[in-house]
Amino acid sequence: MEKRIKKEKKPFIDWFLSSNGATSVAVVILGFLAGVVLLLCIGKNPMGLFTSIGQSIFGKSSKAGGWNFRTVGDTLMFSVPYVLCGLSMAFANRVGLFNIGAEGQYTMGMLAAHIVAVCIPSFPGQWLLCILVALLVGALWGGVVGFLKAKYKVSEVVATIMLNYVALYLYPLICLNLLPEATVNKSGRTADLAEGSLLTKILFEGSNFNIGFIFMILAVVVFWFIMEKTRLGFGLRATGFNKNAARCSGINDTGNITLAMAISGAFAGVAGAIILLGSVRYSKILTAQDNYGFMGIAVALVGNSKALGCLLAGYLFGVLKSAYSIMQGLGIPKEVVNIIQGLIVIFISFRSGLKLIEDKRSKAKIRSIKEKSGESPKAEKEAQK
Amino acid sequence: MIGTISTIMMLAAPILIIATGGMICERSGVTNVGLDGLMSIGACTAAIVHQLMEAAGVGRISLTVALLVAALVSMLISVLHAIASVDLKADQTISGTGINLLAAGITVFACQRIYGTDRSTEFKMGMVKDGLGFYPTLYIAIVVVVLAWFLLYKTPFGMHLRACGEHPAAADSVGINVRRIRYIGVLSSGFLGGLAGGCAVLTQTIQYTNTFVNGRGFIALAAVAFGRWTPLGVTGASLLFGTSLALSTISAMTPALKAIPTQVFNIIPYLVTLIALVIFSGRDYAPKAVGIPYEKGSS
Repeated sequence: MEKRIKKEKKPFIDWFLSSNGATSVAVVILGFLAGVVLLLCIGKNPMGLFTSIGQSIFGKSSKAGGWNFRTVGDTLMFSVPYVLCGLSMAFANRVGLFNIGAEGQYTMGMLAAHIVAVCIPSFPGQWLLCILVALLVGALWGGVVGFLKAKYKVSEVVATIMLNYVALYLYPLICLNLLPEATVNKSGRTADLAEGSLLTKILFEGSNFNIGFIFMILAVVVFWFIMEKTRLGFGLRATGFNKNAARCSGINDTGNITLAMAISGAFAGVAGAIILLGSVRYSKILTAQDNYGFMGIAVALVGNSKALGCLLAGYLFGVLKSAYSIMQGLGIPKEVVNIIQGLIVIFISFRSGLKLIEDKRSKAKIRSIKEKSGESPKAEKEAQK
Repeated sequence: MIGTISTIMMLAAPILIIATGGMICERSGVTNVGLDGLMSIGACTAAIVHQLMEAAGVGRISLTVALLVAALVSMLISVLHAIASVDLKADQTISGTGINLLAAGITVFACQRIYGTDRSTEFKMGMVKDGLGFYPTLYIAIVVVVLAWFLLYKTPFGMHLRACGEHPAAADSVGINVRRIRYIGVLSSGFLGGLAGGCAVLTQTIQYTNTFVNGRGFIALAAVAFGRWTPLGVTGASLLFGTSLALSTISAMTPALKAIPTQVFNIIPYLVTLIALVIFSGRDYAPKAVGIPYEKGSS
């Protein structure tokens, strides 16, 4: 802070080390670089990776040469679950919790939406009810973990992992045993989703782009507002920074932990509903994890657990997902995308190493200042800032 | 009945092996959420090595080679987790998650490069049952867990390892190299994770697909917590979870169990662990320093 007042110019390396945004960008670039090296190693042209990414963002087909805005809409829609699950992880992260269970909360949200869409006869605006129920169930699934953490000190990492799989098997258990059966094509689906529960497609003709996107934008705004602008958000962040200090200053930290996990779960639950009602659009019984929840961890980490960061990082992952299918047409092995995503997360975890470098540099600086000014304690203090 | 026990042991053995790895890792003070990924890598490697060597006509020795290569490759990948969590003081859950995501990419990528599809080509013959109806993996698992028990509780090294998980600063102050011990902890979980993946793929199926492991690394994680981080407890938990996995596959064919949906058996390991964690709460069974990077001079 002192630095800015004095207008002293920081060396690039110090700026880089202290800026989370810059290191995030560097990590992403590093991940792509690894992907390019991998492609070169197996003798493929890495340009294919970037043309397919370009095509999924702008819709200009590299082969036919024409513009196809359908892809643009699809890419935006692909990023919706990533952004929402990213927000889910980010919200918990800001409160000092690691929500590895967005996957389960997503699944439960989807299941809730599925039940409402199948069991209630169709009426206009039913989708809103579906999304609301999904939000509540997602919040419940997350809130339970928060409660166990606050009350019984059960590690939220282990608890959420367990609930992920409980949710995964609960989905077919409920769909196959309690919901009405499908009349045609019985295996793998229940009775049809009510017409009124499907999300209306808008804007991009022929693409899957639907009103679910609006909910995502809304979620980003809500996240930002709660976290940065409200008393509640302040208390939550304080709990995240230092639980004990927060408690000493009168913040209800156990309540905050439960609430934070519930809100976190709500984001993921909405993602599940939007995927089922907007993208899947039929009564599919989920049998394997969609992995959006796990990728949400990556999104939140790349986005530094900020609302805007998650939006951008989620879009990046949506682009990668969209490019996935285009790549195959260009003869690029699509698994490169998965490898890039995995490496990005690993590099993100390496980022803590940068902090070690930063510490070393500031210590070296203190030493050099000490030597210059003959051990004046004032200089030491300044350097620490 | 014999057939049922054989199935249970077939499913429980890999879980016990990888859970033992996870236990050693956590006892040294490092959480490893990446067990699932390490197991996938092991399974994929073993399937590929065995298939290629079988096709080349090497004979039954290829099974042993496949297991060893699987363990070593998986150990190599776990070095990433060790660097992140021990040297760079990273959040261990993040690097573990990274391993899981990376494994999903690498395994399919390897199959694509070698076979041109998302799965490995079927091998003709995996491991065979012995006279008692058990696969050799059962004996491997028993050896692994007994060895781990001996190492942890009967040798100075084991005491050092446990000390690093409970109070690394104290361990450091008496001259124990915390970094080295934790590296060993993470690498052994990588080695055993790969071995478990190999054991699973060579007994339970004939090829590797990306849905093969299907969260069993996470079951192992549950077994470690449910077994209260002790060899005996982990063995019991692995047997229990193996049984429930076996029931989920055979319940459809058994008249007595037909009324119960198979998913109920799938849910049991996770639900039981969660409930157990709540019941055990208050009594600290988990290693005290698990998940916390050790920084010299800050105790």
